[in-house]
Amino acid sequence: MAAKHVIDPITRIEGHLRIEIEVDETNNVVEEAASSSTAFRGFENIMRGRDPKDVGMFAQRICGVCTFHHYERGVEATEDAFGVTLPPNARMLRNLIWAAQAINDHTTHFYQLHAMDWFDVVSALDADPVAATEIAHQFHRTPYNASESHYTQVAERLLAFVQSGQLGPFAGGYWGHPKYRLSPEENLIIASHYLDNLAVQRMSAKASAIFGGKNPHPQSLIVGGMTSARDALDAHRIAEYQFLIQKSADFVERAYLPDLELIARRYRTEALAGEGGGLRNYMSFGAMSLDERPWAQRAHFLPAGLVLDRDLSTVHDVDPMKIAEEVAHAWYDYEGGETALHPLDGQTNPNYEGLNEDGTLKTEGGYSWIKSPRYDGQPVEVGPLARLIVAYAAGDEKVQTAMDGFTDTIGVPFDFWYSTVGRTVARGLETKIIADYVPELVTNLTQNVANGDDRFFNRYEPKDGPGWAMGEAPRGSLSHWLTVENGSVANYQAVVPSTWNASPKDGREQRGAYEAALVTQPMSDPERPLEVVRTIHSFDPCLACAVHVLNRDGEEIARFEVEV
Amino acid sequence: MTTAHRHAGPDPTHDLEARTQEHYEWLAAEADKNLDRLEAQDPVHDVTLDDVLKRRGLSRRDFLKMSAVMTATLGLPPMFDLRVARAQEVATRLPVIWQELQSCSGNSMALIRNANPGTDELLLDLISLEYAEILMAPSGQAAEDVLADAIERYDGQYIAVFEGSVPVAEDGGYLTIGPTGETGVHKVEHISKHAAAVIAAGTCSAYGGIPAARPNPTTAMGVADFLGQRGIGTPVVNLPACPVSSTNVVGTILEYAMFGRLPSLDAYGRPLWAYQDRIHDKCERRGHFDAGEFVEGWTDIEGLKAGLCLFKVGCKGPMAYNNCGVVRYNEGASWPIMAGHGCIGCSEPGFWDTLTPFEVPLAGRVYATPFGTDADADTIGTVALGAAAAGVAIHAGATAVKAATESRSDAKKEQ
Repeated sequence: MAAKHVIDPITRIEGHLRIEIEVDETNNVVEEAASSSTAFRGFENIMRGRDPKDVGMFAQRICGVCTFHHYERGVEATEDAFGVTLPPNARMLRNLIWAAQAINDHTTHFYQLHAMDWFDVVSALDADPVAATEIAHQFHRTPYNASESHYTQVAERLLAFVQSGQLGPFAGGYWGHPKYRLSPEENLIIASHYLDNLAVQRMSAKASAIFGGKNPHPQSLIVGGMTSARDALDAHRIAEYQFLIQKSADFVERAYLPDLELIARRYRTEALAGEGGGLRNYMSFGAMSLDERPWAQRAHFLPAGLVLDRDLSTVHDVDPMKIAEEVAHAWYDYEGGETALHPLDGQTNPNYEGLNEDGTLKTEGGYSWIKSPRYDGQPVEVGPLARLIVAYAAGDEKVQTAMDGFTDTIGVPFDFWYSTVGRTVARGLETKIIADYVPELVTNLTQNVANGDDRFFNRYEPKDGPGWAMGEAPRGSLSHWLTVENGSVANYQAVVPSTWNASPKDGREQRGAYEAALVTQPMSDPERPLEVVRTIHSFDPCLACAVHVLNRDGEEIARFEVEV
Repeated sequence: MTTAHRHAGPDPTHDLEARTQEHYEWLAAEADKNLDRLEAQDPVHDVTLDDVLKRRGLSRRDFLKMSAVMTATLGLPPMFDLRVARAQEVATRLPVIWQELQSCSGNSMALIRNANPGTDELLLDLISLEYAEILMAPSGQAAEDVLADAIERYDGQYIAVFEGSVPVAEDGGYLTIGPTGETGVHKVEHISKHAAAVIAAGTCSAYGGIPAARPNPTTAMGVADFLGQRGIGTPVVNLPACPVSSTNVVGTILEYAMFGRLPSLDAYGRPLWAYQDRIHDKCERRGHFDAGEFVEGWTDIEGLKAGLCLFKVGCKGPMAYNNCGVVRYNEGASWPIMAGHGCIGCSEPGFWDTLTPFEVPLAGRVYATPFGTDADADTIGTVALGAAAAGVAIHAGATAVKAATESRSDAKKEQ
């Protein structure tokens, strides 16, 4: 006999997400899971008829968290339609913003949105600050803000919350849950970094704003280039950027990675049991372009590719033609009874079917405002873990060193990665890999400028036709597709990370990544679904972007067969 | 563009320039009365500012410095420094419920990147954040319980902050939240009815924003308009911009703590202290506008390097009202105009439709402004500039007309 549990709202995410699970009452194992986005805005209709040069500014508002990435992809889609490439300085500047944004996203996600799934703040109150200091030193030679006086201050601060009843964001958490595995001292260490990161995350956001104008919703990208040339040519501004990233990287090195090692050690049983592993396919569109060639030939800092069925011996090329979105269980209809459409042929016709009388999802039919994107008919996972697995399989040395180094330290096999814990650690390793690369990014820009190149914009003639852009946002593969007709946007579609991961079942009843990761999850107390929330958060859900875009198009598809 | 606006207090002077010493003394007395009243109330939480400062390792002097900056931002004279400090102290007694609607969370993200006070002080110490999905530990029913509990405990006392627009089409089905599938529409009604005041944070919440842009597929609307339609009389202050400036959120909460009412608002429901000046009036590139020196197009790298005026590449600063040029973003690191991109007018109602295309100058385009009249760019420029020093105004007005008429053909030639 299975009991249904509804978890809505899923908090500590961007957007509105509902998870429904059916739990076998005899053994408390999740038998069925449904992932539903419960908000719709209708960007598709809003984009139509606009100036293609404005697309990035509109697209950016799809999400205030992956803010820069939708902006970049929207601008790139128009650049593709117009046939304009970037001058190197502009690409380098975009990469600098990309790196700062990714470091900001990952650290904010782990500490502010995810860490409370791993550490118990109430237990931290029982910690001995001296013992906590010793433990912190076991995980790093010079741990971040680790001293008896600091931990005493943090503990007193937390105690003051509890005693005053001023629990703030901690009120109502699953404190004391049996699946919290850390000791009071270990809880105190992460609680301390939770507070530290509230201040630290401001720095990487500020770094991105130096060349972006602001964060969230930067404003310096234009079709054909960048407007922040003055900042980019100013040694003082570049130094400021570098300093802020350095401070963030220091926190990553001395707080974030040690905390992940601690979590990996304490939660290794769950990891090795494969809890939260989910799908076996991993996809990346390539992170940070390193040249101006068409996407399929372009070099990326983290490569594009596809790993199927966890087979690391082969990395498949990603073929943009093989992406399609299904609406069998989404609150949309396709004209003519189609079941799957390529993004350039996509339609967005909302068809809300409502909820059951008891407020639960009608899972027989539509149950989400997210469509189900599939690659060659198959569901795939996207995000930091997918990027690292693709890079690992592709022989990327920096990624292999980082991943093997981590599993060697913990003493676990590669299968460790195929889990909620693995996904969480992968994000941290990636943060360090990106932060380590920033000095080179900065040097590339300053050298190019020193060589006399001060171009930040390439001229173009607006053109009609299709345009598309594929790349990686921190939380996964992001593509934007548009068609320009008579100088304005005829249709637009964004296929975003959270639709790949959070999608409802497709026409063949195949689950998306969230649903697959939840099924077979054992739970200790279904009324307090800590394990579910932990796994969902490990994907870094970002639901507003799951709100879709487009109507229809037809014949220009051949164009990008040429480019691929 | 109808936005319900409410002037919550008897403050008769909307023109801050015209405020007299006498007026400020009256205002100070009002603040003292309100602060005394709040201090006499049972605290929501038994925590004092001194505790907070001690825990954060801040000195009283640091704190007063922070208060002085906020006083200036609020457009108040230095005699209010201590009152702003007191307001921060009693703000710990103001419960805040932050609810997301048709949002992108950009405003939450902006808030957690606030500095002075930093996020940790702000959220954990200085305001009493009872409910905020982006940061709270519990999910599902446990989160719903936290919300219900806060509404009941602080009935009529809390500040409701909304982020995102209200979708009213499809019986509210375009947004549901919580285990019973309650609609966003119902959430706004319920939370607002029991609130002391409502803050609409960001342009979506203030005026519908991007979901309400043509053709507005979900019939999205701003919170004030929605409450007006439903006959809910809780006072609303609009804090538009995309995202809202965190300084403006914090300042509004402090002003509410100080005076016990919402600040004086403009015709679009925005606090005058933050939105009375045009971007153009406080722009760091204004000197170049007055001198007729413009970035002539995106190939004009010399113009960009020299930081010339961005009017000809589409800057909507002359049409937009906000304090961005003064407070900037991300701890003052930058703002769009500093980064070489024109203002897109994101704190103006309907800007997605009325101020686009963004890269085209606004010459000759009709736009409704807080002046209450429809006017084109040239008229606005002339009228608004006329209020400034006469000599500059004439020159600048003439430049604006000249620039506005020339810019379209130039822009066409450019690309």
